[in-house]
Amino acid sequence: MAIDIHEETNLHLTRRTFLGKTVRGVGSLALASLLTPSLVNAAPEIERWQGIVTAPHAPPKAKRIIHLCMAGGPSHLETLDYKPQLAELHGQPMPKSFTEGQPIAQLQGQADSLKCLGPTHEFKKYGQSGQEMSTAFPHIGSLADDICIVRSLKTEQINHDPAHTFMNTGTAIAGRPSMGSWLLYGLGSENENLPGYVVLVSSGGGQDQPIATRQWHSGFLPGQFQGVQFHSTGDPVHYVSNPGGVNTEQQRDVVDTVQTLNGMLDETVEDPAISTRISQYEMAFRMQTSVPELSDISKEPQHVLDAYGAKPGDGSYASNCLLARRLAERGVRFIQLYHRGWDHHGGIENAIKTTSGYVDQATAALVNDLKQRGMLDDTLVIWGGEFGRTPMAQGTGRDHHIKGFSMWMAGGGVKGGISYGNTDELGYNSVENIVHVHDFHATMLHLFGINHEKLVYRFQGRDFRLTDVHGHVVRDILA
Amino acid sequence: MSQTQLSPLYPSRRVRVPYVSLMVLLLGLTVALQPVYAEKLQFDRDIRPILSDKCYACHGPDPAVRQANLRLDTKEGAFSAPSGYPIIVPGEPENSELVLRITHENIDQRMPPQISNRQPTQEQIDTLIQWIAEGAEWEEHWVYSLPKRVEPPVVENAAWARNPIDAFILGRLETEGLTPSAEADKRTLIRRLSFDLTGLLPTPAEVEQFLRDESPDAYETLVNRLLSEHQYGEQMAMYWLDLVRYADTSGYHADENVSIWPYRDYVIKAFNDNMPFDQFTIENLAGDLLPNPTPAQKVAAGYNRLNQTTSEGGAQAKEYLAIYAADRVRTTASVWLGATLGCAQCHDHKFDPYTAKDFYSFAAFFADIKGPGVYGGGSKWEPVVMLPTSAQESALQDIDDELTKLERVFKASSPGLEAQQKEWEDEVLSLLDSTELTDFAWVDDAQANGGRNQGTWTFVGKNEAPVFSKLLSRRQTAEAGKTVQHAFQGANRKFTLAEGDKLFAYVWIDPESPPETVMLQWNDGNWDHRAFWGEDKIDFGGIGNDTPAHKPMGPLPALGEWVRLEVDPADVGLEPGSVLNGMAFAQFGGTAYWDLAGIATTRGSAVKHTHTEQVIAAIQVDPSVRTTSQREQIAAEYRRITPALDGIRNQIADLQKQKGEIEAQIPYSLTTESTLPRTTRVLPRGNWLDDSGEIVEPMIPAFLGDLGIKNRRPTRLELARWVVSKENPLTARAFVNRLWALYFGTGLSGVLDDLGAQGESPVHPELLDWLAVEFMESGWNVKHIVKRIVTSNAYRQSSKPTEVLDEKDAYNRLLARQSRWRLDAEVIRDNALLLSELLVPKIGGPSVRPYQPIGYYSNLNFPKRTYMHDTGENQYRRGLYTHWQRTFLHPSMMAFDAPSRQECTAERATSNTPMQALTLLNDPTYVEAARVFATRIIQEGGESVAARINWAYQWTLSRMPQPKELEIMTNLYEKHQAEYTANLDAANALVATGEAPMTEDVAPDQLAAWTSVARVILNLHETITRY
Repeated sequence: MAIDIHEETNLHLTRRTFLGKTVRGVGSLALASLLTPSLVNAAPEIERWQGIVTAPHAPPKAKRIIHLCMAGGPSHLETLDYKPQLAELHGQPMPKSFTEGQPIAQLQGQADSLKCLGPTHEFKKYGQSGQEMSTAFPHIGSLADDICIVRSLKTEQINHDPAHTFMNTGTAIAGRPSMGSWLLYGLGSENENLPGYVVLVSSGGGQDQPIATRQWHSGFLPGQFQGVQFHSTGDPVHYVSNPGGVNTEQQRDVVDTVQTLNGMLDETVEDPAISTRISQYEMAFRMQTSVPELSDISKEPQHVLDAYGAKPGDGSYASNCLLARRLAERGVRFIQLYHRGWDHHGGIENAIKTTSGYVDQATAALVNDLKQRGMLDDTLVIWGGEFGRTPMAQGTGRDHHIKGFSMWMAGGGVKGGISYGNTDELGYNSVENIVHVHDFHATMLHLFGINHEKLVYRFQGRDFRLTDVHGHVVRDILA
Repeated sequence: MSQTQLSPLYPSRRVRVPYVSLMVLLLGLTVALQPVYAEKLQFDRDIRPILSDKCYACHGPDPAVRQANLRLDTKEGAFSAPSGYPIIVPGEPENSELVLRITHENIDQRMPPQISNRQPTQEQIDTLIQWIAEGAEWEEHWVYSLPKRVEPPVVENAAWARNPIDAFILGRLETEGLTPSAEADKRTLIRRLSFDLTGLLPTPAEVEQFLRDESPDAYETLVNRLLSEHQYGEQMAMYWLDLVRYADTSGYHADENVSIWPYRDYVIKAFNDNMPFDQFTIENLAGDLLPNPTPAQKVAAGYNRLNQTTSEGGAQAKEYLAIYAADRVRTTASVWLGATLGCAQCHDHKFDPYTAKDFYSFAAFFADIKGPGVYGGGSKWEPVVMLPTSAQESALQDIDDELTKLERVFKASSPGLEAQQKEWEDEVLSLLDSTELTDFAWVDDAQANGGRNQGTWTFVGKNEAPVFSKLLSRRQTAEAGKTVQHAFQGANRKFTLAEGDKLFAYVWIDPESPPETVMLQWNDGNWDHRAFWGEDKIDFGGIGNDTPAHKPMGPLPALGEWVRLEVDPADVGLEPGSVLNGMAFAQFGGTAYWDLAGIATTRGSAVKHTHTEQVIAAIQVDPSVRTTSQREQIAAEYRRITPALDGIRNQIADLQKQKGEIEAQIPYSLTTESTLPRTTRVLPRGNWLDDSGEIVEPMIPAFLGDLGIKNRRPTRLELARWVVSKENPLTARAFVNRLWALYFGTGLSGVLDDLGAQGESPVHPELLDWLAVEFMESGWNVKHIVKRIVTSNAYRQSSKPTEVLDEKDAYNRLLARQSRWRLDAEVIRDNALLLSELLVPKIGGPSVRPYQPIGYYSNLNFPKRTYMHDTGENQYRRGLYTHWQRTFLHPSMMAFDAPSRQECTAERATSNTPMQALTLLNDPTYVEAARVFATRIIQEGGESVAARINWAYQWTLSRMPQPKELEIMTNLYEKHQAEYTANLDAANALVATGEAPMTEDVAPDQLAAWTSVARVILNLHETITRY
C-alpha cells in the first residue's frame, strides 16, 4: 500500500531559503546534471566552514602549519642542545641535586647509579647566525639562518602516549580537541576539496612508537574538525576509491541521484541537515578526484624527488614531506607528519645517525622548497618531539625526559637564525626563558592571529581552551 | 527587557537536536529565532546561569581564588555587605552594589574586570537588574534538593493530555501560546518507535500490520512488542556502553586487547530482563562485595575496570594509580550523578559546591580495587573472573580426575627408586665443587626458564630439520632485508656467571638460504650485550660499532653444519657476577636452525643452576636428620629429572598441556576484587608526586550529607547503596533526563553530563522531578519510564517544524513537535545489513571484526597487529559488537561519531561530514549490503523495474516512491543497465564485492545495475534519519 509522505507538504508548502541558497535549487540542478552529464560542473556549492574567528585578534602571520612530529622523543642532547660539561662528566655519576625527587621513566629504581652520558655526536656552528647544532643533521644545520631554535621547553608527561596527548591537546586527559582541530575550528579551511587537517605517518630508525587517533581527534569539537589520516597503502584516504566496477561517471550518477532525491525530501520534511548533507556529498565526490591526484607524487620533477629523497609510493618520511608541500599549496590548514623513529633507549649514537638518514635531508628540502616557492613566510614549520631525553645514560641510550628539551620553528612569522632559552649546564632543566607546552600553543595560535584565551568552546559547563588556563605568547621569537 | 531566552545554551554541542547546520549555529544566526517567554524571572532558570558563568570563577565555591571575600553562589554571600555596601537589595536595584559594579561607568571599577573573558551581555545585565527589581527571590540550585512529585498542571486541552507527561508539556505550551503538533502518521510512528527502541527499521509486514490495526491499543501493543524484543537490550546497551566507556582494548600506548565483553552482554541482559536500576547500579559499582556474588555480579563489577590502563615501559605505577583513581571519580560521578566532580581534582569546584577533598574522599571508595598501576604486556589484565562453559567444566573435571590418579603413581615410592635417588644425591654432592668443564643447557627442547617469550619459537623435529641436541631444534626464517629474532626475558631460572665461563649456542645455517648475519644477545637488565657473525646488518647496538653492545665476531659460520658459537662474556660487557635473565637469537634474512644454548661452565656451577638452592642445601643435610620438608623437596626434584619416570611424567605433562589448552579457551572478563585499600591523599593541584596532602577516608560529597557510618571505613557497596538511595537527589534525575534525550533528542535539562550550576536549568523542572520520583517509586523500573515516555502524546507528535515554531522555539525545547536526528553509527550499519538480510541476530559473545581498510592498525605496536576481518556470521553482527579499539576505532564507526570510549560520553556529537558520504558510498560493508539487497530486489521485488523500485522503497523507507522518485531511479537503473551490459567485466567486479555468496541465477549486469539503485537507497538522507 502506498503511503504518501507528501500530504504534509501540501498543507504547508514553503520555499525556504537557507544561507541565501534555495535547497530546491540544488535539487533541480543535481537532477539536471544526472540527466545531462555535461552539467556536472555545475554541481552544488560547498558550504565551507569559515571559522569561528571572523575577525583576527592580532595580525595573522601564518596561514597554515606543517608540524613535523618526531614521535618517540628525539634527544635534545644529540640534535639541538650542545652540552660540553655533560661531555666532561661522561661516565661520572649524575649529580643528585638534579635528579632527586624528579619523575623518571625506565630508569626507575636506579636512582643511586645514574651516570652521565656525554653527547654522542659532535656539534658545530652553522650559517651566518652561527647556530650550534649536531653534525648528525647536516641538512637541518644548513637551515640555521631560517630557523628559530627553542632550547627551553618543558612538558608534564613522561610516557609517550600521554606526552603526545599533552603536546597535541594541552592535557593528558583524553577527549579534548587536538591543536589541529582547534585551528580548523578557529579559522576553517581554504580548500573545498580536501580535509582541512591532514595527518601523515612514517617510521624508521628505532622501535616504532605506537600512536593513537586521539592525537588528531577533534575531542568534544564536532567531527568535521578531526584530522584525516592519509595512508601510503590502500586508499590514500579511507573509502576514497570507487567500488570495483564503478567508474567515475557512474559514481557521479549515484551521487547525483542521492543529491536529487535528498533535495526532494527536503521540500517535504524541511530538514536543514539535508542541505548540509548535499554539500558533504559534493565534497566527498570531489575528494575522490582530488585526493588521488594530490597523493600521486610521481609527476613531480625528478630533481624535486631527488632533493627530498622521495620515492613515489614508499610511504617514507621523505615522500610525506613532499606531500606536505603539496597539501600546503592547496590550502590545507594543518598538516601533521609523524615519524615514529625516535625512542632511543639504547645505542643512541647509531640510532641518531640512522634516524637522521630518514629525516634530515627531507626536512631541509621541505623548508627550502617552501622558501623557494615564497610559501615559507606564511607557513609555520615546527620540528620536535613529545619530550627530550635524559642526560643520564640508560645503557648506551637515554631515557624519557620532560624538564628540558628543544624544538625548532621556521617561517610563519617566526624569526629565523635565532636561539631562544636554555637548559642548565647538563641539559637537565630548562632554566632560561622557559617555554612550557602551553606557551608553545599560545604562540602558535598568536601567529595565526588568534588570542589563545579567546578561542574557547563550552563543554560540560566549562569554557575549554587549547591552553587550559595557562599559556603566554613567546614574543621574543616573533618576527 | 522582560524577555528571557530558553536558549541553545551550548548550540554547537546540540547539533543533533535542532538539526540546524553547524554553520548557522556557530555564526550566531540564531538570535532572531529565540523563543519569547512572558513570565516572571526564575532564579534557577534565568539568574544562576549568569552569575555562575560571569561571577563564580572569582566569587564562587573555591576559596583559594575567591576575591574580596565575596561569594555569590550562596544566599548568605549574595545578600551580605562585605565592604559595608549591601550586594543585593531586593526590589532596589539602584541600591544594590552588584548593579553598581556591573554597570560602573569607570571601566576600572566595573565587574567583571576588563581582562576577564567573562563579560556579560547587555541583555544579561538587564536580566539581573530586572530580577532584583522583581524582589530578588533566591532559590537553592534545583538539583541539590530532593525531587518532589508535583501534580501536573490543569490544561485547557485536557483531551490531548494522554498521561501526566503530556499535561506538563502542554501546560507550558499553553502558557507560551503554542499548540502541540498533530500526531505523526502511523508509518512515521512505527519507524520512530522501531528505531528508538530496537535500532532496527520495521519490515513492510510489520508496517502493514500496524497500519491495519485500528484497535485503540494498537500503539501500545506495538510498544509492548518492541520492548520485549532482545534488540531493545542491545539498543539500550549501546548508550550505556558510551557512558561507562566500554571498549575492548586498554587504551594507552600499546592499546592491548583486554577481555571484558561479558560485561557488555551483562548490560544487554540486564536491560532486556528489566533489572531494577538500583540493583544494576549496585552490581556495577560493587557486585564483588555482595554476599556470595554470582559470576554475573562479578562480571558486572567489571565496571570498575573499564578505565583506560597502561602497560607502557617506564610508566610509573604511582602516577597511573592516581590517574585511574581520578578517572573512576570523573566517570562514576558523570554516569550516575550527572556531576562534574572531575573538576575538583586540582582545586575546589569553581561552580558547584564540590571540594577537592570531596574528590579524593570519593576516590577513596575505589582504593580497594585490586590491580597494578602498570599492567604486564600480554597478560590477562588480572584480576579476572573465569566463565567456563559447562562442556569446558566437565572436560577439565575429567582431566583433573586422571591427573590425580597419575600423580598418586608418580609420587609413590619403591625400594628401587629410592636406591636410584640415593645414587643421584651422591652424584650431586660429588659435583658441587667440581671444576671439570661442562655445558650448562639453558635452552634446549623447550624454553623452560619462565619469564616472557618474544618472537616466534618454532620447534621442529628430526624428521623435518637438522637437530643437534635431544629431539628438537628451532627453525627461524627472515624475509630478505629484515631482522627476525626469538628471545626470552625475565627468566625465573637465571644464570650467575663465574670466572672462566663462556657463552655458547649451536646454529645450523641453511646453505640454500643463509642469513647475512646471525646475532646472539644476552640480557642482564638490558640487552646491550650482543655478538654477531657475518655482515654488519643488524641495527641493534648500532651498525658500524665494535662495542660490547654490538660486537663483531668474524665471518658467518660454516654453512650446512652444526657450529658452536662461543663468546667470552667480557667481549659483550659481562663479567663474573653478572646475572643473566634472558637470551635472544637474531638473524638478518635467510633461514637458520638454532639448538642447545647456554653457558660453558664448571660441573659445580651447572649443578647449582640445575637445582634450586633449597634442594642442594637439603641434599647436603645428613639423611638421618633431614626434615620432612627437605625429604619431600629432594624426592620431588628427583622425580622431576629422573629418566626412570619419563613415561608417567610425559603422561602428566600431556594432560597438563590439554588442561592448559582448554583453560586458554575459557572466556573470562575483567572483574573487581577488593583488597587492602591504598592510602588516599588529597593531591595538591592534582600532583601525584606531592605527598603533603591530608589522608582521606571514603566519603560522599560533604554538602550532600554523609553515610552515617562511624568507626569504620565505608565501602564501595555502601557508596553504591547511597547512589540509588532516596536521599540522593541526583541519580534518578540524571538517568531519566538521559532517557528523555533518547526519545526527544535532548534532555529536559539540556546538558546531559552536568546537572550542576554550569548545566541548564530544566525546561520543565516539574516534569523532570515527576519522572525521577516515578522512576524511584516504580522500583527503578526502566521499561516503565520508557513506556510512559513513548506512549505520551508529546512523543507521538510530528517532527516537522512550522514557521511559528521556528520563530518561537527553533531548538524545540518546548516540544511542540518531535525532533529528528541522524541514526547512530552502529544502527546505520545494522539497517544496511538488515535490508540485505545479512544481519545475524545473535546476541553477545566476543567482539567481532567487520571489514576494515588494510594497514589501519599499522600505527599500533607492542605488539604489532594485523587486522583479520571475520568471515561467516561474525562478519554480519550488529555494530554494537564491533571490536572497539580505543586508539583506532573502526573508521566507519568513527566517521559517524561513535566515541572512542576513552572517557564517559553522555551525548554523541552528530556531525555531517564528507567522510560519512565516502563511507556509505564506498565502504565494502555498504557496497556488499547493496549488492545483496539488489539480489533481493530482483528475486523478491517482482518483474517490472517499477515494481522492484517500489519494493525497495517499501523495505527501506516503509513507503512507496513518488512518481518523480520512481522516474529518477528508473533513469539511473536503465543507464547503468545499458552500461553494465556493455561491460560485463565491470559488472562482475562490482557484484564481487564482499564475501556473501553470489546467487547463480541472477545476471551480473542486472545485478550491478540494481546494486547502483540499492547504493543510492542506502545513501539517502531519509534512510539514515529518524523522523
